[in-house]
Order: sequence, then structure tokens, then C-alpha cells
Amino acid sequence: MTEPIAAPEFDESRLSLRESCGSSEPNDSNDAPLVEADDVSVQFAGQSILKEVTLRIPRGQTLAIIGESGCGKTVLMKTLIGLVKPTSGRVLFDGNDLSSLNYAALTETRRRLGFVFQNAALFDSMTIFQNVAFPLRQHEQLSPEEIEAEVMQRLAEVGLPDEVARKRPAELSGGMRKRVGLARALILKPELVLYDEPTTGLDPIMSDVINELILSTRRKYPVTSVIVTHDMRTARKVADRVLMLFPRTRLRSDQSQILFDGPPSQLEHAEDRRVRQFVRGEAGERLMELRASQNE
Amino acid sequence: MASVAPTDDSRSSDGPITRWVTDWGTIVVDGLTMVGDITLFAWQMCVWMFTRLPLQGTLLPNFYQVGVLSLPVVALTGTFIGMVLAVQSYYQFASIGLESRLGGVINMSLVRELGPVLAATMLAGRVGSAMAAVLGTMRVTEQIDALETMGADPIHYLVVPRFLACILLIPALTVMADFMGIVGGYFYSVIILGIDHAAYQTNSREFVGGFDFFSGIFKSVFFGGVIAVVSCYRGFHCLPGAEGVGRAATAAFVYSFVLILAIDLVLNILLDAIYFALWQHSATIL
Repeated sequence: MTEPIAAPEFDESRLSLRESCGSSEPNDSNDAPLVEADDVSVQFAGQSILKEVTLRIPRGQTLAIIGESGCGKTVLMKTLIGLVKPTSGRVLFDGNDLSSLNYAALTETRRRLGFVFQNAALFDSMTIFQNVAFPLRQHEQLSPEEIEAEVMQRLAEVGLPDEVARKRPAELSGGMRKRVGLARALILKPELVLYDEPTTGLDPIMSDVINELILSTRRKYPVTSVIVTHDMRTARKVADRVLMLFPRTRLRSDQSQILFDGPPSQLEHAEDRRVRQFVRGEAGERLMELRASQNE
Repeated sequence: MASVAPTDDSRSSDGPITRWVTDWGTIVVDGLTMVGDITLFAWQMCVWMFTRLPLQGTLLPNFYQVGVLSLPVVALTGTFIGMVLAVQSYYQFASIGLESRLGGVINMSLVRELGPVLAATMLAGRVGSAMAAVLGTMRVTEQIDALETMGADPIHYLVVPRFLACILLIPALTVMADFMGIVGGYFYSVIILGIDHAAYQTNSREFVGGFDFFSGIFKSVFFGGVIAVVSCYRGFHCLPGAEGVGRAATAAFVYSFVLILAIDLVLNILLDAIYFALWQHSATIL
């Protein structure tokens, strides 16, 4: 079942952001960037996942991070909000170094962001209502009536009927769970919303519903968004800027992990052939690499 | 074309002694790293426990899970252990004419040793594995990450209530195991084997003192703490996938059980030293 979602309206600020992303410099018309990563490197068990990645995300921008599986997209996104600690480098959120924040300051910072997980990450032991109300109960001193009103409003915004509130996550379809995850991420009206593969595993119609929800969220709230996705349709439709990462293990030590950083319209014309191949879904060169490694 | 398994050239060129040292070195370093990790994990939990109490909504379900739902299985196993002790001890004691002392042996064994260890083993098997599986699934499905992004500390929200439930309710479970074991031992000795009721009771009272009960209860608190910390740690550091969750649940029980026995030994030595320092002599069963 797909509920009608309002079609995106024309938004001039959105157009100006798209145009400004042609250069590698962030949009200077905005204030200081909301999120900055300076020379961030991440290693797990001695294996380098990210190496010296530098990134600035201006306020109000929708950034899509694309790349092959295992290239470090999700790790980068989790590093941006302090869920993964960088091995070196620093991450600034609104000018504050996340590694220098104490628990109270970090909690307050996290109050300003929402995370939509790949499989929604809803708490199994709670109902949908309790899941969506969780951030409110954690951070706000509201009466039960106020909490109920907020939760129902958010569920309605993502196109879910009231009956869903009483159900458990296991009783919902994948698309419904993702919408509940979005409602939960938006309940505190965050400044930054992060989406981890929001359309993976969904049918094309539900993928488009999620894309429209991301766009309508952006219209209703002045949010900055970061979307990790493999889905080029999502990247083209919702992003102002696209960043393509490449797996660290397949690069020389002096090569940058960021293969592309620009507006979605430039993806097809990227100088790097690996970007064009990824966008078109051409496996030729990768297949040859895999065969060569098998023969070695 | 058949693929060739990758080989580690640098390792294959090493001699057997070098490989042996490398293997053992890796095991020792991994072991020390895990001990350090568990210590830090327990420290963080203690800091949370003394800085902010958990919410009632997170505490009560864990109390119910640990205390109420464990009660029947602890009571049942306690009863059987009491009866098994009677069966095992009767013929040895009867052969030297001391079967009337059976009450002292059974009850002393139960309150000092078997009651606490049995209750802890049941808790590790029933609750510890479940804790590791639940927290492991939460880790794998990113629910723990979700808690963190919403500003709730996972250790405060998930570990502290489980720890409190274990250390506060295991003494009650131990008392239940002791009581049912004593009842089971009495039933088999007096009703089935026909030992004199008055002699059985007199010997039980004479040889089992308050310190014996105290030592059993005292040890059980440590057992409860170990079960909670080890099980939650294994759940938090669960490897991905169904196999990872399964391994976490198994490891939670195995590690808890080994640690229960190790702590039992250390605490017994300590408590005996205290006992003999305070009371120079004690009653002996024989």
C-alpha cells in the first residue's frame, strides 16, 4: 500500500544549491559548514577503511555518498556523527570537535541529528509508538498527551495510519519500517538527517516513496542531509551534491579515496572512468580485476 | 580454473619455533586485550550506576526476567540436587554407622557450595545466554547504534539494569536453591531412606551455622555480577550474523561458568581464612 505523497514543489534555494555544487568548494553563501571532516582516517583491526578524507557539508545541503560495497560509505557517515571514532583527523559538528566533547555536550549534539538506519533499527521490544516516542522521552519533558500528538503527527507525515502505532516492528513490511525509522529520526526536528541506504531492499515504487519523503522533509524542515546509497536514481533525484568513494585497498597510497565530488548532473561526464562505470553499472573492468586476482 | 587458497609467504618461511611463539603470543595478547576491554566495560557500568539510576521502565522487566522467571528452574534443580546428595552420601555414611549425620553433610554442602553455584549456573544458562543473544542481536541490527544516536548511553540503558537485576536477585535465588535442596535432601533421607527425623534435624542444626549461610549468599552476589558483566560484554562485542549471535550466547555461558568456579575457589579460601581467624575451632561432622 502506498499512501499519496505530495509532489515536490519548486524550490529556488534548492536550485541555487545544485548550481553552487559544481565547484569543489562548498557553498560560500551559507554560514560555516554544519559538518566538517578534516583528514579523517579510520582503521579496523589494522585494515585501512578511510584515509585522509576531507569533507565539508554546508547547511541545507543534501549530500549523497556513493561507491562500491565496502568502500567505507557507512563508516564515513558514522564517523561524521561520532559513532565511529577516527584513527586520526577530526570531525567538527557546528564548529565543535566531536572528540573533545564531554558526554553531556555529545548528547546535546546528537539531539540535533537524526539517523535513518539501513534496516530501520527499530527496537524489537517496543511498539511503533514507543519507538517513535523514544527520542522525545529521552530529551524532552512533555506530557503523555503532547507526546502522543507529536508521534501521531510524525507517523502521518510519513504516510502511516494510526493503527500502525500499536504494532511491533516485526509486524511491518520493510518499507513501513523505513518510514517509521524516518518518523523517529525527525521527531526532534533535527538539523542534520543521515540516511543509510534508504531504498535498499525496497521495490521501485516504495523506493520512490522514500525519495519523495526525503524531498518533502527537506521542504518542511531546514535540514542538512547525508544519504549513503547505491541507488543512482535516489542520488540523482534528491541530492544537491554527490561524493563518490573508492575502496582504500584498491588504491595506491598517494591516491585520493574521493573519486568524484560535484553535482549529480556531472556524474555522467566525470573525468574518472571509474565514476562513469559505476554510474552506468558497467562491471567490465571490475570483472577483469576479479579474474586476475583469481589467477594469481 | 580452480582457485588457489591464499598463502602467507612471510609466515610459511618462519621456523616452527617462531610460529609457535607467534601463535602463543597472539593468544596471550588477545586474552590480555579482552581482559582490559571487560575491565573498562565494567568500569563504565559502575560509573553509570553511581551517577544516574536506570529508569523504572528498564529495571522492572529485567527484574522479572532474572528473578521471577528463573525461580521455578532454580527450585526444581535445587530439589533434585538435595535428593542426589542424599542418594550419593547415604551408603558411605551407613557403612561406618553415621547415617544420622547425613542432614549435616547435605545441608552444609548446599548452603556453602551447591546452592550458590547451582543458582549461578542456572542464571548463567537461562539469563546470561539470553542477555548475550538479545544484546548481540541489537548490535547486529544496529539498535545499539540507534540508542547512541538518540543520546541514550547503551551501557546505562541496557547493561546497568541487567547488572542490578543479577546482583540484587541472585541472593534470593540462592536462598530458594538452598531451601529446596534442604527439603529434597530431607524428603529422600527421612521419607525414602528412613533416617530418624529427630537425629537428622539435630545434626542439621548443629553443623550448619549463620556463617555458612552468609558465605553462600556473599559468594552469590559476585557470581551474579560476573554473569551480567560477561554476558553483556559478549553481546556488545558480538560478531555479525546469526553465527556471531550464537557464538556470543555460547561464550557468555562458558566464560561465566568458568569464572563462577574460579571466583568460588578464591572466595572459599578467603572466607575460610576469615572464619578461622574469627573462630579458632569449628564443629566437625565426623
